[in-house]
Amino acid sequence: MNLIEAKNVVFEYFRRNKDGEVDGINRAVDDVSLDISQGDFIAILGHNGSGKSTLAKHMNAILYPSEGTVVVDGMDTTDEDKLWDIRQTTGMVFQNPDNQMIGTVVEEDVGFGPENIGVPSKEIWERVAESLKCVGMYEFRKKSPSRLSGGQKQRVSIAGVLAMHPKCIILDEPTAMLDPVGRKEVIRAIRALNDVEKITIILITHYMEEAVYADKVFVMDKGKVVMQGNPREIFSRSKELQELRLTVPNATLIADELRSRGVNIPEGIISEEELVEALSTIL
Amino acid sequence: MGIIVNHVNYIYNEGTALESVAVRDVSFAVNEGEFIGVIGHTGCGKSTLMQLINGILKPSSGGIYYNGQDVYDDDFDLKTLRSKVGLVFQYPEHQLFEVDVFSDVCFGPNNLGLPKSEVQLRAYDALKAVKLPEDCFYSSPFDLSGGEKRRVAIAGVLAMKPEILILDEPTAGLDPAGRLEILELIKELQKKSGISIILVSHSMEDVAEYADRIIVIDKGSIVFDDTPENVFTKYDELDALGLSVPSPTRVLYKLRDKGIPAKVKAITTDEAVEEIMRLYADKYGRLN
Repeated sequence: MNLIEAKNVVFEYFRRNKDGEVDGINRAVDDVSLDISQGDFIAILGHNGSGKSTLAKHMNAILYPSEGTVVVDGMDTTDEDKLWDIRQTTGMVFQNPDNQMIGTVVEEDVGFGPENIGVPSKEIWERVAESLKCVGMYEFRKKSPSRLSGGQKQRVSIAGVLAMHPKCIILDEPTAMLDPVGRKEVIRAIRALNDVEKITIILITHYMEEAVYADKVFVMDKGKVVMQGNPREIFSRSKELQELRLTVPNATLIADELRSRGVNIPEGIISEEELVEALSTIL
Repeated sequence: MGIIVNHVNYIYNEGTALESVAVRDVSFAVNEGEFIGVIGHTGCGKSTLMQLINGILKPSSGGIYYNGQDVYDDDFDLKTLRSKVGLVFQYPEHQLFEVDVFSDVCFGPNNLGLPKSEVQLRAYDALKAVKLPEDCFYSSPFDLSGGEKRRVAIAGVLAMKPEILILDEPTAGLDPAGRLEILELIKELQKKSGISIILVSHSMEDVAEYADRIIVIDKGSIVFDDTPENVFTKYDELDALGLSVPSPTRVLYKLRDKGIPAKVKAITTDEAVEEIMRLYADKYGRLN
């Protein structure tokens, strides 16, 4: 069953001049239709300003389509009565961890969401513990968020969403501000949620290496979905990706260059491990 | 010319219960026209160090010398240091505030008390240097794309005519093409105007490709200060510090672990391809 169905979604906003008069209309999302099934790991790629964040914000009713419909778990996002159910079904994690921390203690921060929707306090504590364990942050539950590294803060943000028992988590460039260790921690946590908890993941990223783990990749440009497929299909089209201001993982780059120079290396290499594996049989 | 950092320590909240040492006995020199990459994980003290170099923070002990002069001498004006060492913070576009791009870039030189014609000339040159199209000069900075905004913010610092330009994660949040554009731009600035660059980055690939020298910082101290080739031969040491070598280098290391006689000097994709081609030729003969 499809968890999220977007049909011919258009999102337009007014561009205003200095005096506040409308001097144009921008189409940030342009006729996008897509289906996301329960349990999928989706990556959305696209250059700055391609409309990927705007599209993602339709999936938990932060934005509403100007035309078309978005249905989340059977609920139309424009149905005001369902607003809180929709936001509980699809949670969102943003780029800057510091903008998402509200509690003075980690476990308080994670408990904020469930408390807000009136979960009984015994269950709040259970949810907090279980969510923090999921992202490997349980031992930090009594710490102040300000004492954590970027990767740890992002994992606490994810736990905060997790405590709402969502079916889907949307992550908008969650690793952009992190160092390599932090990035690895966050990606590992996301993959575990998808593998073990079967939570649907929608990952927006500028790092091609992170899209390698996805079941399906959507590439956006000028508000449209211009490419879709599994990571292997997408990253075999490196020329098109470059025209879209994107790139391919480094391993693919090396494999492509070797192939063009006559080395008999298989197509479809997207990770370092695969590259090393292929090369070690050749060399 | 240049900056010398001599046995500098910096302690936050010194003498209180919250005391913590951020920079520990650091010494190095920034030479004219150098491109230095600074790496280290979050919280290692690299941002504190950068703020010490341009006089935003004062060392707890140790000295900082600009052109041979102690910057904390009574007769030295710290404003000189701040205009000569330009600091571009992370997400600098958040600091744009003027009504149009040109005015925003004029703000810095205006504050130096320069004549209006000089201010405008500098702003124009700086915007040209960052390759912003002229039809954007009078738009609101908020109407520009992420990459353009960032270039305007860099122009704002360039208009101060710094001799050393420090950039803290200048590519964070940009798409791959945007990252490449900014890095190429920085390299070109260094080559054309002879300005020294200090690039603070989490991306080993970027630092490997562009820097002549790499400084690795851990727990407030310098652990390596060497050429990229030499630093990235320290695979295990970097790994222990929670840092990594660039992806192309890692591929060669993994091949070597599998018993393939790969030389692990390559740090860029092109160099890795060359090394693999060499190994291939050794086994099968040269390909045309």
